[in-house]
Amino acid sequence: MLALRFSPPLALTRPTNIVSRNMLVYRRSALVIISGFFEPLFYLFSMGFGVGSLIGNVPLGNGSSVSYAVFVAPALLASAAMNGAIYETSNNFFYKLKYAKLYDAIISTPMSLTDVARGEVMWALLRGSLYAIGFIVVIVMLGFAGLGLLTSPLGLLAFPAATIVGFAFAGAGLAATTFVRKWRDFDYLQLALMPMFLFSGTFYPIDAFPPALQAFIQVTPLYRGVHMIRALTTGTPDATLVIDAVYLLAMGTIGLAITSRRLGKLLQT
Amino acid sequence: MTVLGLRPARFGTIASRRSLRFLEHDLLVFRRGWFNYLLSGLSQPFLYLVAMGIGLGLYVNRNGGTPGGVPYIDYIAPALLVTQAMMAAAFESAWPIMAKINWDKIYDAALSTPLEPMDLLLGDLMWIAFRTTLLSTLFLVVIVALGAAASPLVVFAVPIAVLTAIAFAAPIMAFTATQQTDGGLNAVFRFGITPLFLFSGTFFPVEKLPLFLQPVAWVTPLYHGVAAARALALGQVEPVGMTVHVAALLVVVLLGIAAGRKAFIRRLVV
Amino acid sequence: MVETSPQPGPLIRARGLRKCFGAFTAVDGVDFEVAPGEAFGFLGPNGAGKTSTMRMIGTVSPVTSGELTVFGLDPARHGAAIRARLGVVPQADTLDNEISVLENLMIYGRYFDLSWAESRRRAKELLDFVQLTERSNDKVEPLSGGMKRRLVIARALINEPSLLLLDEPTTGLDPQARHLLWDRLYRLKQRGVTLCLTTHYMDEAEQLCDRLVVMDQAHIVAEGSPRELIDRYVTKEVLELRFRRAENETDDSLQLDGKLDGLADRVEQLPDRVLVYTADGEAAAAAAYERGLRPASVLVRRSSLEDVFLSLTGRSLVE
Repeated sequence: MLALRFSPPLALTRPTNIVSRNMLVYRRSALVIISGFFEPLFYLFSMGFGVGSLIGNVPLGNGSSVSYAVFVAPALLASAAMNGAIYETSNNFFYKLKYAKLYDAIISTPMSLTDVARGEVMWALLRGSLYAIGFIVVIVMLGFAGLGLLTSPLGLLAFPAATIVGFAFAGAGLAATTFVRKWRDFDYLQLALMPMFLFSGTFYPIDAFPPALQAFIQVTPLYRGVHMIRALTTGTPDATLVIDAVYLLAMGTIGLAITSRRLGKLLQT
Repeated sequence: MTVLGLRPARFGTIASRRSLRFLEHDLLVFRRGWFNYLLSGLSQPFLYLVAMGIGLGLYVNRNGGTPGGVPYIDYIAPALLVTQAMMAAAFESAWPIMAKINWDKIYDAALSTPLEPMDLLLGDLMWIAFRTTLLSTLFLVVIVALGAAASPLVVFAVPIAVLTAIAFAAPIMAFTATQQTDGGLNAVFRFGITPLFLFSGTFFPVEKLPLFLQPVAWVTPLYHGVAAARALALGQVEPVGMTVHVAALLVVVLLGIAAGRKAFIRRLVV
Repeated sequence: MVETSPQPGPLIRARGLRKCFGAFTAVDGVDFEVAPGEAFGFLGPNGAGKTSTMRMIGTVSPVTSGELTVFGLDPARHGAAIRARLGVVPQADTLDNEISVLENLMIYGRYFDLSWAESRRRAKELLDFVQLTERSNDKVEPLSGGMKRRLVIARALINEPSLLLLDEPTTGLDPQARHLLWDRLYRLKQRGVTLCLTTHYMDEAEQLCDRLVVMDQAHIVAEGSPRELIDRYVTKEVLELRFRRAENETDDSLQLDGKLDGLADRVEQLPDRVLVYTADGEAAAAAAYERGLRPASVLVRRSSLEDVFLSLTGRSLVE
């Protein structure tokens, strides 16, 4: 007999329990979530338009050049996706893991550690996507106001691209947090994120740097994310987009796998 | 009897002596973890100085974008000197103060001794002044080493940075004392400190802001701190402007301390 | 109590002392006095007004109305001078987690204007007294609850106070840790330190207090030594009867059908048991059995302050 009702596999439904639980928590402090939406916008207006007024146009790799705001907007979208993912998977995840002992309670239920890891990534992505959508909406609206920041219809693909960036950093963030012992260790995480934010071709093309440094920057994840999203919003895609996407998806997947294993070590002792 | 000549703290010199006691407490804490503190405090302004001043500076300078055409790194270095002091002070007067009031209740313990709320407020403000002096001096060394200071007057940008820091610390401490959870503190950073950092003339002149926003910038303490520090660093000091900037900062400091005193007493003496 | 010297004035004196928080009255016109050298207790359930009273004595909470003097001084005008002679053990530990055990004591000594050298000397001596010398250089956080309590007591002694205020000193501690703490407090009392404490444990009040007041709902409802209070408000012994309850029984009270009437001075029915106040518990138990009662368990014990509180308020002290 055919099943009349579609029931999604447990591998998908169980992680959503984590998402639901986190939503219950944030119902009471929605402002914290919503406020994260403003940060990339502040940067867009300050850097894109404020500093942009000191700069004029910036060259793209292919010989054409664009206004500074057009150049910097996709990079801020990629950074927002990264930050959204990191907020949730660093301090918040650490608190739940070490202090609230949330997962100790969860592993006594049919939920597996993989469910936990996937659920937290889903949640981080959900939060990151919210920021990405908000940012894209603002960009589109600025377009109506005559400040065209999207120069190509491909720009709408920036949303899935930002989600991929979020996935990469959510997976890596969770994995890194499982190695954290005390709050102060997060200072080191900041020491890794801040240079990425500033030097990944975010605010100016990386050909300003010496070749060796350029080569190094090109293998860092935020550079790949910025590169991917910028190619889409400026309508200059090429085959390297595939490299960006594969790199970021692999990073997230490996991060997830490490997280599941590390959680096993930490919780099932 | 006139109990040991002790008068209520608000009148006497005792307040300042006792607030030094609380400063000692903070120094004791600082003996541990000072390296991490300096590292995380200095890494951000340093990275911004390099990324923006040198990297982005290529494009700004090519376009002759800054007022008077000064090198972009010279333009933002004094601003970053002030903003890093603001950030450090804002942070120190938010979560650590919340912990002392609410989480670890260190203030409660101290108030069971002859210390008064005002001693705690002034002690912690002196502490923030100490830390921001240290950070600002070290950052000044970085600026000079990178050749990003046009005038020797830049050394006076350090006291300007510290004064700006206190102009943020005092009102934020007052605000922290009114909060039960740290949700409001996050809002201060998201909607106060971050926009100020980005729009108070740090990276571009406030004259580039939309007209209606410019008066908003003028009333923020960061604008005055940045303008004063930049004038010193570029050697373009103008007596009237400088007086206005310093006076504006002092007014905010005094109002902040008054608000802090009120908030501390309300919160701690119940 | 044997007094060899002429009776000095009380260390603490309260008359009609009130504390209000907005519309809520936490302490409603209480009178009490604490004499030098005695151990004085406030016994009562949570929310009775004990902590508010202690905070007023500690001069960290302004008096709403009424009269309060500590060391003969007015807390509103001479707060700092009073606190200089006071040791305070608050309900929450309020220790500084960022510095070491020894440093916690030393910096606290500085708040009393002790020199660093003197502060260090006293801190070491006090750590020895509370048996924490080996933990001197550890941070506070890993200490057990009992150790933290002892550290807070050591901290309260750094200024060699003549009056020690303790707000629920042993709440949340295991029995072993409580006994160790009681022993240290007993030694302090022998050295002549006046103790003033709050508790909702009757065994603690009986162990430590020479004299106590029972507080309930912002009022003092009784005063005396533990023995006096027991003699005054309850009988010498208590017979506790527990009954097996029928499955279908939904009513909260047990159906005794008056079978205990006239058997005792007073009968108190609690949800889980019946307390029979009588001079002779064994005899009452036998009589109850004769009348046809078949309790699941029978216990005869000496009356305690818990019974005093129950008889005064009709409620138990610790729910």
